[in-house]
Formats: sequence, structure tokens, C-alpha cells
Amino acid sequence: MAEAQQERITDIGPPHYEKFLPPVIKENYGKWDYHEYVKPGVYVHVAEGGDKIYTVRAASPRLVSIHKIRKYADLADKYCDGYLRFTSRNNVEFLLTDESKIDPLIKDLEELGHPVGGVGNAISNIVHTQGWVHCHSAATDASGIVKAVMDELNEYFTSMKLPAKIRIALACCLNMCGAVHCSDIAILGIHRRPPKVIDENVPKQCEIPNVVAACPTAAIRPAEKDGKKSVEVIEENCMFCANCYTVCPAMPLNDPLNDGVSIWIGGKVSNARHEPMFSKLAIPFIPNNPPRWPEVVEAVKGIVELWAKHARKYERIGEWIERIGWPKFFKLSGIEFEKEHIDDFKYAGLTFKRSTHITF
Amino acid sequence: MAEVPNTPLLDELEKGKWPSFVTEIKDAAKSNDMCKDLLGILEKSYNEKIGHWKHGGIVGVLGYGGGVIGRYCDVPEEFPGVSHFHTMRINMPAAWFYTSDALRKICDIWEKHGSGLTNMHGSTGDIILLGCRTDDLEPTFQDLAREGFDIGGSGSDLRTPSCCNGMARCEWACFDTMRACYDLTMHWQDELHRPAFPYKYKFKFAGCPNDCVASIARADMSFIGTWRDEIQVDQDKVKEAVDKDGVDMINDVVLRCPGQCMQWDGNKLEIDDSSCRHCMHCINVLHKALKPGKDRGCTVLIGAKAPIIEGAQLSSVLIPFMKMEPPYEELKDLIERIWDIWCDEGKARERIGEFIQRVGLGNFLEAIEMEPTPEMIAHPRENPYVFYEEYYEEGDEEEEEE
Repeated sequence: MAEAQQERITDIGPPHYEKFLPPVIKENYGKWDYHEYVKPGVYVHVAEGGDKIYTVRAASPRLVSIHKIRKYADLADKYCDGYLRFTSRNNVEFLLTDESKIDPLIKDLEELGHPVGGVGNAISNIVHTQGWVHCHSAATDASGIVKAVMDELNEYFTSMKLPAKIRIALACCLNMCGAVHCSDIAILGIHRRPPKVIDENVPKQCEIPNVVAACPTAAIRPAEKDGKKSVEVIEENCMFCANCYTVCPAMPLNDPLNDGVSIWIGGKVSNARHEPMFSKLAIPFIPNNPPRWPEVVEAVKGIVELWAKHARKYERIGEWIERIGWPKFFKLSGIEFEKEHIDDFKYAGLTFKRSTHITF
Repeated sequence: MAEVPNTPLLDELEKGKWPSFVTEIKDAAKSNDMCKDLLGILEKSYNEKIGHWKHGGIVGVLGYGGGVIGRYCDVPEEFPGVSHFHTMRINMPAAWFYTSDALRKICDIWEKHGSGLTNMHGSTGDIILLGCRTDDLEPTFQDLAREGFDIGGSGSDLRTPSCCNGMARCEWACFDTMRACYDLTMHWQDELHRPAFPYKYKFKFAGCPNDCVASIARADMSFIGTWRDEIQVDQDKVKEAVDKDGVDMINDVVLRCPGQCMQWDGNKLEIDDSSCRHCMHCINVLHKALKPGKDRGCTVLIGAKAPIIEGAQLSSVLIPFMKMEPPYEELKDLIERIWDIWCDEGKARERIGEFIQRVGLGNFLEAIEMEPTPEMIAHPRENPYVFYEEYYEEGDEEEEEE
């Protein structure tokens, strides 16, 4: 080797955040007084001593190339002394002290194709998973649906005209990498066909006791087929979670005819007003229809606009529906109520209506 | 060089106002062959409505068991560029603050060794380097380590802790989320890098009950900032909010209060803090006039998870109020006690929330030596099937008195 072997570095942990904080933040750490919205996508935080920091928030597709990150870096150098951050919903935020630089930065971001918004009573970016781009158990794509939905909802990202904030999330299977189960609107990839057992691969690729234990409904049991050890699936007990596939690649569930998307609504994580709540099933199944999933886009947009029209100020989707009741939601939305809407798993009875509080 | 494939379906996703991930992949494909095959295999998925990835295999960097997720395509002969396409999770700086220089260094390393594609960021918070061949994992890791970046968690270990931007840029932070996140991450580097748990364990730190990092839905242990004294009220600014900003005090604030602890007589906002549920709504609306109290700390909650395996759960209260001050000894002690019992008694792939459901919260509290409190429950039990643990025979009382 031409170069001397460098010493190996290990377990250093993440870089200390102080290296990356702009001076105005270091000086006012823990001393912020209030914040307010300047305009869509822009807010200002004011410190007790009067210092200000402006934040410009721009959309990002989450999946970004190094070329795009370098462009972000160039913009940070040009306008923010090199400081920027990302949000938990995959937006990029530029941190400025000079108010006069806000508009030129927004212009540059828009030229780059990155709308500015997602602040206040708006739709923030859709958090999502990997989908067909990179995941083994995806029942649908993720980035593609998100792109199609956000193209359609862009005006609610770049304005603050909604009754409250709204958080949409997408997970491409029941693993739900992301807070999909507590979102105002969740788009969830689902399988609807039990795993196909590839018997010749089971002994090579899988630990049978692990596979059996992985099934939440005990639908998988060991079986001998042609004298070889494998497993069998009691199909009526399968609810398509793909947990078996995660521990045993010889049990694929992916299926073009039966995979698709379900829509869940009314969840939230914030404790403001109502306690945090889970999203609930609105639409049991929409088939995959790439490249732009028009039925999914239409369904999501329909729910957003129905809520925007009927909700009181500050009412999140779940709070609104809790006030008006689910029967009224189904009536207003025109979504058909079906057998799948009724829970039939553990503690299902807790979700039944147990009063005569009914509106007509 | 491989050809950039025709992608008529994916091209449709370059239209519209939202930034396109397809444009990003195509951009990366200009200088990277792996991305050309990624475009090809993704177009194939769009045609066939099915994914083409397999996971598994033991891949990683020397001495670590976590942080790299093995990924292979199922048609390597058709798309050799993505025959290996592993994910590397890199531990992000707290609250995702960067300098342009730090980002450029990551880009240079990833240009040299990988696909040039990233997620900024993954759902748990890591910088995701998307698409690495097995041979490049270790050199990427070492180049990153020399620039001060380390690998995050995956598998049955402590997952990369994450936090909101807390005191750095928010007046509502009730504890220093970034400091706590950094401290605990550094303290448990071994648990982060070498899987030894029954399953994943996530920490998330949110500065106030608005919970901008969704900790209550996603973290095995959620730290949510709160206060236990009175909301700070500036009555002049309350008036200003009404007169200048047009806040409708009755409809927008008083009637939205879940504790019904507020009154507005047109001049003065009265708050009965003993009924305040610390929900943040009034503070959110009257953001110049109201502030959380001065006696600040956090509520510690436990057990959130997504559906796999036993169904989704939200975190539930473990400690109603805890001061959060370095070096966080009391907290670290508690976490060690929780991990001890879970590692001993937990089943493979059983999250702490599922474990508590299985053994019972009461039994769990006994095991970690913690007293039950009414803040831990929404209401006492409704079913009378109580597992009393002991009973007495005639004459036992006397023995007990001895």
C-alpha cells in the first residue's frame, strides 16, 4: 500500500451540535421570547434581548442527490453564512439574520424548483418511507404517491389558509416506518394476499420456529412437505402484516393484483387541545395505479378540502370528526361505509358505539 | 458507462410543482452508474406494480452490528449496478443543524464511494446514504469518521435518538432537548452500534407538548417537555392580541381549553392553573402573551410503536414530571433498570410497549422499582378479574403481626 494505514476510528458518536449552530442561536440559546409568521414559509424568532432569526422553509423530495445538497449548501453560503437545517418532515430550512435577504433566497429556491411554505396552518411535507425505490416489503411506492399528492396540494403548502395544521404521512407497508398511525391523513400500503410459501427456499433461508413465532395471529405452523421441512399458512387467519416475510424471505406477499393503498384519517401526535390519537380507517382499498395514483390523489384532496370547508378554526381533522361524528363524516364525504371499517381484531368492541348519542 | 434507460412512466413524475425524486435520481445518474440501474429497476416496478428488493445478509462495518441495512435486487443480471444497494444510516447532528461545509464533506465522501443518493433524512432521523456496495461500506465509514460522523442504529439495538430544535430556536422548550439527546446518544454508543436487545429501542426528545418530533407515537421512550407551575401571562399582550391581532378569546382560546380552566371578561384572562392540562393550545394561539411556567422539566412516557407485531401503541406516562438536568444520572439509572428486565424477560422482536402489555404495567413497575401513580392511567380498571397475588388462611393475620 502506498499510503501508511491510518488508524481506524470507531464509536465517536454524532458531531456535537454546537459546531453547527449559527452565532445568533448560540448567543440566544434558551433565551427566545416569541415567534411569529412573516409570510407563508417564513417565520421569525425574537430573543429576549431583541435579536432575530428568520427561517425560510422549503420543500424537499426527501430523496435528494448530492448535487442538490451542494446547491442547498451554496444557498446557505450565499444567504445564511453557511447555516441551515432540516426538519423532522424532511423540509430544508435556511436560517437568516438579514431580513433583506429573505426574498432573494425565496426567488432562488423557487428557481431551483423548491416551493417555500409548510409553516403555520398549512400542509407540511409528507413524511414517507422507501417504497419501490428501496424496500423489500413495500406494497406500493412511496415517493411517487407523495410527489403526485403534493403536486395537487401545493397551494396548501405555500399558503396558510387552512383551519389548522395538517400532517400527511405515507408508509408502504404495515411496518410503518414513520408516524403514519397518528397522522391527520395516512396513506398506507397494504397487501391483501397471504404469503406464497416457496417450500424449497424455506429450509435454506428461514428459521422455522422464528417464522411461526413472528405471526401475530398464529396463522403459520410447521409442516412437512415431500419429506422436507417447511411451513403452511392458515389463510383465513392471515391479515397480511408481512412480518413473516421480514424474518423469512421465502414467504413473499408482494402481488401486483392485490397490493394497493388504504387511507386513514384523524390522527394527531400533538397534545394541543385534544389528546394524541390514532388515525382511523377511511378508505379500505385503492389499487396501485402508477405513475400518478389518480384515485389516491383525488381521495386525499377530497378529504383535505372537505375538512377545510367544515372545520372550526384550530380543529384538526380528528377533532372535527369527533365533534360531528363518523356517520356525518361518511355522509359528507360520500365515502361508502363497508365491513372493513369495523374493527375485528383485539379489543375491537372498544371501537363500537356504546351510547344513543346519534345525530340525524 | 451504462446507458440512462428510457423511463416513460417515471418521467410523468417530473411534471408538477413539487420537487421530484425522479429528477434527483436522474441528476445523480449523470455521474453514477448505480443510479442508472436504479432508474431501470424502478421503471420496471412501475410497469409491474411490484417491488424488486430483497433484504438480509450480514453486511456492515468492522466491529458494528447495526447501522447498515443489507439490500439486494432480485434481478441482478438485468440491473448489475444495484445488485448490492445497501443503506447506511449515519447519526445526524442533534435537531438536524448543519454547516454547508459539513454537508459538502458528506457529499464528497458519498460521491467517491456510493450512489450519490441520500434521504435527508430517514424516518428515525439518520442521514440515509442510499445504495452502497458491500466493499465500499468500511471505507465510507472510515472517511466519514475522519470528518466526525458516525453510524446510527439498526436492528435490535438503541436506535439513533432524535430531538426537536428545543432551546436553539423555540421559546417553548421546557428542557434542553439537544443536550439530552446528545448526552444519551454518547453515553450508549455501545448499545447503538452492537445489537443486544430483544428489539429496537427509540428515544425521542420533544421540548413541549406540541411534540414536533412525534415522540408519543414513535418512541419507546418519549421525553416531552412540560412545566408544573403557572402559565406566565402578560395581560397587556393578551389585550394586544385581541385588539391588534383579532384573536377571538372566547371561541379561539377559552372554549378550546380541554381543562376548561380559563375565563375572559373582556379585560383580563384568568387561568386556574390547578386544572391546566398543559396542552399548549392557549400558548400556541397567544404566543406573545403566554409562556409555559418557570418550573420546567419533562414528562417521561414509555411504549410507543407502529403496528408490527401486536398492534400500534401510543406512549403512556411513566413519570409525570422529571427535572432534566445533566448528567441525567437518575434517568440513566432508570433506563438501565428497564433494559435489564426487558433484556432478561422480553421475547425476540418484542418492543417494550408490548412487553409491558404482556406482563402488566403493575408488574413492570414492581420490577423497575417504581411506585404506581394515578397519572399513569386514563382511568382505573373496569374489569373485575384481578390477579391478587396472595391470600390468607385462618390465623395468618396473627403471624403477620409478629
